[in-house]
Amino acid sequence: MIVHFEPPSEEGIASVVRSASAERVALSIVGGGTRTGLGNPVRAARTLSTRRLSGIVTYNPSEMTMSALAGTPLSEIEAALEAKGQMLSFEPMDHRPVFGTSGEPTIGGVFAANVSGPRRYVAGAARDSLLGLRFINGRGEAIKAGGRVMKNVTGLDLVKLLAGSHGTLGILTEVTFKVLPSPPAAATVVVSGLNDAEAAAVMAEAMAQPAEVSGAAHLPESVRGRVIDGALPEGAATVLRLEGLADSVALRAQGLSEAIARFGPVSQLDTAQTKRLWADIRDVKPYADGTTRPLWRVSVAPSAGHQLVAALRLQTGVDAYYDWQGGLVWLRMEADPEAELLRRYVRAVGGGHATLLRAGEDERARIPAFEPQPAAVAQLSERLRASFDPSRIFNPGRLAAIA
Amino acid sequence: MSETIGFLEPRQAVLDRRLEIIADLADLLPEGSLISDERGLKPFETDAFLAYRRIPLAVALPETTEQVAAVLKYCSRYGIPVVPRGAGTSLSGGAIPQEDAVVVGLSKMSRILDIDLFNRAATVQAGVTNLNISEAAGADGFFYAPDPSSQLACTIGGNIGMNSGGAHCLKYGVTTNNLLGVKMVLFDGTVIELGGKALDAPGYDLVGLVCGSEGQLGIVTEATVRLIAKPEGARPVLFGFDSSEAAGSCVADIIAAGIIPVAIEFMDKPAIEICEAFAQAGYPLDVEALLIVEVEGSEAEMEAMLRSIVEIARRHGVKTIKESQSALEAALIWKGRKSAFGATGRIADYICMDGTVPLSQLSHVLRRTGEIVAGYGLRVANVFHAGDGNMHPLILYDINDPEDAARAEAAGNDILKLCVEAGGCLTGEHGVGIEKRDLMRYQYSQADLDQQMAARAAFDPHWLLNPSKVFPLEGRPAA
Ligand SMILES: Cc1cc2nc3c(=O)[nH]c(=O)nc-3n(C[C@H](O)[C@H](O)[C@@H](O)COP(=O)(O)OP(=O)(O)OC[C@H]3O[C@@H](n4cnc5c(N)ncnc54)[C@H](O)[C@@H]3O)c2cc1C
Ligand SMILES: Cc1cc2nc3c(=O)[nH]c(=O)nc-3n(C[C@H](O)[C@H](O)[C@H](O)COP(=O)(O)OP(=O)(O)OC[C@H]3O[C@@H](n4cnc5c(N)ncnc54)[C@H](O)[C@@H]3O)c2cc1C
Repeated sequence: MIVHFEPPSEEGIASVVRSASAERVALSIVGGGTRTGLGNPVRAARTLSTRRLSGIVTYNPSEMTMSALAGTPLSEIEAALEAKGQMLSFEPMDHRPVFGTSGEPTIGGVFAANVSGPRRYVAGAARDSLLGLRFINGRGEAIKAGGRVMKNVTGLDLVKLLAGSHGTLGILTEVTFKVLPSPPAAATVVVSGLNDAEAAAVMAEAMAQPAEVSGAAHLPESVRGRVIDGALPEGAATVLRLEGLADSVALRAQGLSEAIARFGPVSQLDTAQTKRLWADIRDVKPYADGTTRPLWRVSVAPSAGHQLVAALRLQTGVDAYYDWQGGLVWLRMEADPEAELLRRYVRAVGGGHATLLRAGEDERARIPAFEPQPAAVAQLSERLRASFDPSRIFNPGRLAAIA
Repeated sequence: MSETIGFLEPRQAVLDRRLEIIADLADLLPEGSLISDERGLKPFETDAFLAYRRIPLAVALPETTEQVAAVLKYCSRYGIPVVPRGAGTSLSGGAIPQEDAVVVGLSKMSRILDIDLFNRAATVQAGVTNLNISEAAGADGFFYAPDPSSQLACTIGGNIGMNSGGAHCLKYGVTTNNLLGVKMVLFDGTVIELGGKALDAPGYDLVGLVCGSEGQLGIVTEATVRLIAKPEGARPVLFGFDSSEAAGSCVADIIAAGIIPVAIEFMDKPAIEICEAFAQAGYPLDVEALLIVEVEGSEAEMEAMLRSIVEIARRHGVKTIKESQSALEAALIWKGRKSAFGATGRIADYICMDGTVPLSQLSHVLRRTGEIVAGYGLRVANVFHAGDGNMHPLILYDINDPEDAARAEAAGNDILKLCVEAGGCLTGEHGVGIEKRDLMRYQYSQADLDQQMAARAAFDPHWLLNPSKVFPLEGRPAA
């Protein structure tokens, strides 16, 4: 029987943690219930949800910062920002389509999992926007880290450490983050008909231009029809996003189109189409098919993405598309066992990491979701974890193979 | 001068073994890579926080990661403190040694290992200077964005130690936002690699934790950093105002309007006079405060952005507007700003504060800073990164007059308290070092500090890496 807690206050959370720590009973930390599939399954007798710890605490549009309680729905935050023409620069993906879940993602879950989308490779990840936080450590103490200013080197940067720690170091109760003005206009320059290797070269070329490209993805022919309702032109689509003031976007789109016209036929998408396209790319729409077929999220150097896929194709059937200038590969394979093969090839192309984002229960029980770490790093991570949560009660197993 | 900031008591057992340690270390290093004579050690006794000095036991200048590992392994085995050092330009005393410590200097590890334009990344040894990276990538149209004014001298290892910033960080972020990975040696001699050209490594963000850790977690020997394509053009513009308050609120309004220039730098009258006398940058001398606003992009984009900025400046009663007409003029404008600390150092001794405040508090904190320093009978010059609220009041004093020095330190402490009360922090980019160590409790509770120290101990359980820094000496966990 799983006991569920939903304390309405930070102190309430601290007290649940203190008793769990005293009794050495594990806690599964739950935000909105939308990223159930992320990481390894957690085995815990109690769940603790931040759902009732909800609400925007302060929002200063003129200082471009917001503080919110961890259980605040992401939708509430995005609505408040949109009303002032601002946004989260790291474009958190919505995991609901791929996981087939229906809850409300929380801002605490976004930072706890460092959830970042297409703009990440130029504008930084969620962790780069996070300025400060409050959390409850495994001793049930409320800890403050960082602040609400853009620059801060006062002591160790626990803010970065907690971001992406998947609830294994502390329970976030309040987060303070930087926001940016939403670009009033956007365009996507599309180059059609390139193979994966050619696309990688075009994306690198685009990033060497002063055009300030804020999204670079490649959708091979098998994927192209599964975004924006098939509205992209025939053939594989290499897509480059530009954002900013309308005049400037138009000028840069023109310059960029000229610079890359020699690679293939070039076309453009307007602001509205651009928004839809990059939301589809962000939320992995091509593979949001209502199944739990294994889906991998592979991060490698941008030059290595297509090499990895080409090497895998010699062994097995692979369906894949690329974001982050080729450095983020979303892929599905027909091999079994696929984890060893994939992780071996990732090492062969220069290193990176393959995360099993989605899979059926069997596979999740069998395959570590995260790339195993070298022993020295794993040991260090384990010592770090013990310094936050000495009785190891938070999300046990979530980061197995990591710490 | 009278010292108000304490260091840890030197370990007698280490001092007693001095000669043996020197002989052992010499065996681990190539010829000429170990300094132990008094004259040779002197240049390492302090950094740019000149008020405190300690002659170290020895200075090791390894040439490879393996040599760094050998030295650390030895020091950890015998319980010898180690102080990592880049160029020694720290303004907070981060690189000041202590009598029982071995300084590990990275100056000989100054090779650029790889410029990878396809992946927009450079891999360099830790002793490479900040400017060298941009120079190495410059011919191909790329640069490394964080640009501390000390960039000619300071090393990437030191930048990582302090999570350094610079004038252009408003748009591009500070070191932590531009650092992709590190190779680092833990205190027990283990070599680990963190991060790399693949983004979002799984597991804990150890690169993020190491950045800004002030040499307490390990010694960085290599770094992989982000390169960015140079903008089409860049243009700094000078705006002169009749009061610091007007300039301060103009900054807040530019940001509030959703405009993010590459840089917004602020100077008050004393700073303008000092810089102009030194650099002849063409700064107006009849104004109370100056903003340098730099915009970049194509000609049309710069025009559009400048139009909006000028409009805002007019609302705040701007008195002079001066656009740079040539690359030479632009360089001169920046030369004035970047030489501010050096120029100030020629007319007086100074301590440089580094508190960061929310933009809405800028005018208030500037005014109170002036009052506080005047209250101690001292002078202040303000020159700082206004766009991100990172203030640098330079408190002028006479280092040879102990009372003057004590007053300067007291004024500095009051200013930092003020920054924290205004919702800001003690240090935006210079680090805590020894300078702000004993002020950490203004900003953090004991529980907050305990958690940070517990994380630190996961790397260095016996507190031997740069041990006198960052955390107040009392209330530390028993090692
Ligand atoms: C009684 C009960 C009801 C449930 N109802 C639903 C439901 O309606 N819909 C549904 O999809 N699932 C539901 N679940 C499943 C549950 O929500 C998931 O198993 C949960 O583990 C996934 O968390 P999340 O997706 O909310 O995390 P997210 O909020 O998406 O967070 C992702 C990761 O971050 C961690 N995390 C989240 N918030 C914080 C925080 N503040 N601090 C630190 N770490 C954090 C999580 O542990 C997780 O590792 C329910 C479970 C129970 C016990
Ligand atoms: C005139 C002047 C202007 C300045 N302007 C700026 C500015 O605009 N912005 C800014 O942010 N700073 C500025 N600084 C401060 C200083 O230059 C920075 O803090 C710089 O990053 C220090 O680099 P360094 O190589 O001199 O490091 P050091 O001073 O030698 O060391 C700095 C810290 O890093 C640690 N460290 C050094 N190397 C390593 C390594 N390889 N591994 C682990 N730890 C290491 C040291 O132990 C120490 O704690 C300025 C300083 C001066 C003197």
